[in-house]
Amino acid sequence: MESDRIIIEVKDLVKKFGWFVANDQLCFNVYQGEVFGFLGANGAGKTTAIRILCGLSKPTSGRVIVAGFDAFSQPEKIKKVIGYMSQRFSLYDDLTVYENIRLFGGIYGLTRSEIKKRSEELLNRLEIPDLRDRLIGSIPLGWKQKLAFSIAVLHKPKIVFLDEPTGGVDPITRRQFWELIYEASKQGITIFVTTHYMDEAEYCDRICILAEGKVKALGKPDQLKKTFNAETIDDVFYQIAREDKQT
Amino acid sequence: MAKTLISCSGVSKHYGDVEALNNINLDIFSGEIFGVIGPDGAGKTSLFRLVASLLIPDSGKISVLGYDSVKDYRAIRKKLGYMPGRFSLYQDLSVEENLAFYASVYGTNIEKNYHLIEDVYSQIEPFKKRRAGKLSGGMKQKLALSCALIHSPELLILDEPTTGVDAVSRREFWEMLKRLKDKGMTILVSTPYMDEAKRCDRIALVQNGVILGVDTPEMVIRQFNFKLFAIRSEVRHEIIRALRTFDSVHQAYLAGQLVHFTQVNPETDDVERYLMDQGFGDVDIRTIEPDIEDCFINLMMN
Amino acid sequence: MNRFLSFVKKEFQHIFRDRKTLLILFGMPVAQLLIFGYVITNDFRNIGIAVMDQARDQKSELLVNRIFSSGYFLNRGQVYNIDEISSKFKSGKVKAVLVIEPSFTNNLIGKGEARVQILTDASDPNLASTIVGYLSGIIYKFQMDDVPFSEARGIIAETRMVYNENLEGAFMFVPGTIALILMLISALLTSISVTREKEVGTMEVLLVSPLKPALIIAGKVTPYVFLAFANGIVILLLSYFVFGVPVEGSLILLLLALLLYITLSLSIGIFFSTLASTQQVAMFLSLFALMLPTVLLSGFIYPIENMPWPLQWLSLILPPRWFIVILKDIMLKGNGIAYIWDEGLILIGMTVFFIAISIKKFKIRLES
Repeated sequence: MESDRIIIEVKDLVKKFGWFVANDQLCFNVYQGEVFGFLGANGAGKTTAIRILCGLSKPTSGRVIVAGFDAFSQPEKIKKVIGYMSQRFSLYDDLTVYENIRLFGGIYGLTRSEIKKRSEELLNRLEIPDLRDRLIGSIPLGWKQKLAFSIAVLHKPKIVFLDEPTGGVDPITRRQFWELIYEASKQGITIFVTTHYMDEAEYCDRICILAEGKVKALGKPDQLKKTFNAETIDDVFYQIAREDKQT
Repeated sequence: MAKTLISCSGVSKHYGDVEALNNINLDIFSGEIFGVIGPDGAGKTSLFRLVASLLIPDSGKISVLGYDSVKDYRAIRKKLGYMPGRFSLYQDLSVEENLAFYASVYGTNIEKNYHLIEDVYSQIEPFKKRRAGKLSGGMKQKLALSCALIHSPELLILDEPTTGVDAVSRREFWEMLKRLKDKGMTILVSTPYMDEAKRCDRIALVQNGVILGVDTPEMVIRQFNFKLFAIRSEVRHEIIRALRTFDSVHQAYLAGQLVHFTQVNPETDDVERYLMDQGFGDVDIRTIEPDIEDCFINLMMN
Repeated sequence: MNRFLSFVKKEFQHIFRDRKTLLILFGMPVAQLLIFGYVITNDFRNIGIAVMDQARDQKSELLVNRIFSSGYFLNRGQVYNIDEISSKFKSGKVKAVLVIEPSFTNNLIGKGEARVQILTDASDPNLASTIVGYLSGIIYKFQMDDVPFSEARGIIAETRMVYNENLEGAFMFVPGTIALILMLISALLTSISVTREKEVGTMEVLLVSPLKPALIIAGKVTPYVFLAFANGIVILLLSYFVFGVPVEGSLILLLLALLLYITLSLSIGIFFSTLASTQQVAMFLSLFALMLPTVLLSGFIYPIENMPWPLQWLSLILPPRWFIVILKDIMLKGNGIAYIWDEGLILIGMTVFFIAISIKKFKIRLES
């Protein structure tokens, strides 16, 4: 993996709000095509870092390169090559499946014929061509999540950011969802997952655990479990968080 | 056998066209921690609201603490401690004011019942002047539990108390529930986290408004009647694809860094051999004990 | 009782901690009064009036002189007979006509009493009231300065509002503002405060508690009774001290009427909260079902008499319409209970109606 192409480079990233240091000297690299888990409790600095990586906010200092573009000077270029899906906001409930596809395709500058072609591919791949004209609000949550992801990668972004993508869904849907993610990663799309559901973390190729604005652990899940002598990532996280509380 | 505190028989509930619960039969005994486990939309909240007398079943009967949930709702409400899914606190009131208010709603006060909540409340007491809206998820959860306990209820109903709460607080919370149980409290709790099942005395697995199974976590696992293989590989996705074309396949699915696999004829068909033939030479296959999530998937498939 | 008191205490804590809402609450009536008040006074320059001087003697000409030298009025010429007046009004350039009786000077000095008549175009009732106020002031000052009599009754100015004859007295906007503000605080804020609990989820906990619905309602309503009452009094004080609006009738009766109207508005608020499940819906309901009709249809700004009949009918079901009549009667005309009992009865009937359906609709469960 180390030899692979670096798609996100973060070095000594600091973000301050007044006196409050939200991100304290973050350092990590993300490689093309990997599924990278970004974990942390609420308030650990996750959201701040994601905003910077998505070009929505500027770092106070440090080096942040996303898909070859500098987060300081080229945030608009970053926005064009990423996709985004969150658990809370994903698709418009009062539009049909196809209308949602057309809307997001249009936002990312796909031509009409591209949208048409890709939406057909998408619906066939998910095996739901008959849901094309159904309102998003009327289809089951599991399908919504899978659709939302497929739409987030419709414009073939270099990186797609997923925010707690499978929180609360049933175990079968969750697995189908992760199969979609792996498929996208095979096609070279980098998947950046932020979550505080530790069982979601188990599915990532590598994870980075954040606490109090600092990187506390970085590596493959199995590696981390060994280092912390823990059975699950939840245990790893627990140990890190408890240390945190004691200091 | 312990006394039955809650008994649901043939309970169904729908909203418009949506069937939230379908023919639920369930008994919950005095002094146990009973976990209702299932994903969002499974019907957990509807079930709890029915038991708490906040909803009326379309059909079936629910008896809580010996009272009928529809006719005798007043009697039930006096003896119930209920914590809804979202921590129902007044964000603009302080920790102490929230607690004092909920105490007064039940005609009691903090001093009188302090011993009931001491274990939980002492952890947030240093912040008692802080507004509830400014608390962390874990602290909100502890305050909400204190509020639900302050009137010395006979039965505690907690709807997803650990959702959105950090790992440390989650564990502390389950330890608190254990201590409450040791004092004789009956606790009905729901969670979407399968790994929390083992913290309960008995569990019900629910999906799409139906109970897939009710038992102790150990028994649920023992009823898993397949040999479960865990396959470790860098190419999980390809392995799953290959396994699904295997004649003997029952199920093949992802489980974190592993692939879990069950088959219909483990005696005659050798999965290791099959994978070898398919060109996956370097895989680590072992049989493992299933966890609740494996059981859940298995029951969902039936 | 203890439960009730702690419920009320909690409600007050919500109210006083929400500084912004509190500021709006007490800032709004002040702003509204000042805006309405000063829009009128600021515009009060060069109002066209015509004179029908039937006397044309020394004192009448002196009076006309005084009026036009005040700077407020523009001379739009003479009127020679009654029929001309309506065409003057219709031209739009003349907002009022001052009619002076024949033998003005003789009557004033001889009999000690002379009559003038002020006719105003009351299709803009606020303007009309203000014109009357200014003209009366000038006439009064003229009498003090230029008529050296103390025993005489002086000049009797008779006022007639053309096109809107029922409007009597000045300062329409004070009763209107009171009606609007009280309605808003009582109905909007209570319905929002109930729906907020539904939205945040605290209502769920209150429902599973042994609290009785009546106690929840009473606990929600009580703080707002105080708040609305305080607000009503602020408006009254303000209008008295800043604009000199009098309270001619019984103060007790006025306060009782306030209380009745507040109760009615609160019962509407509770009724809305049984319909709405979110604060947003409660807000829209209040805005469209209460605030707009109150502003537009209750006679607050536009005279009801000038409305097309469907709107006149619609105005019948608006509580502020009746309350404004009561306020005008008590504050401006000094009328007693004999004049307002029918409006009062209508308001009481509405209150009973809304309380009854609110209790009927208040849910002890989460069922929709």
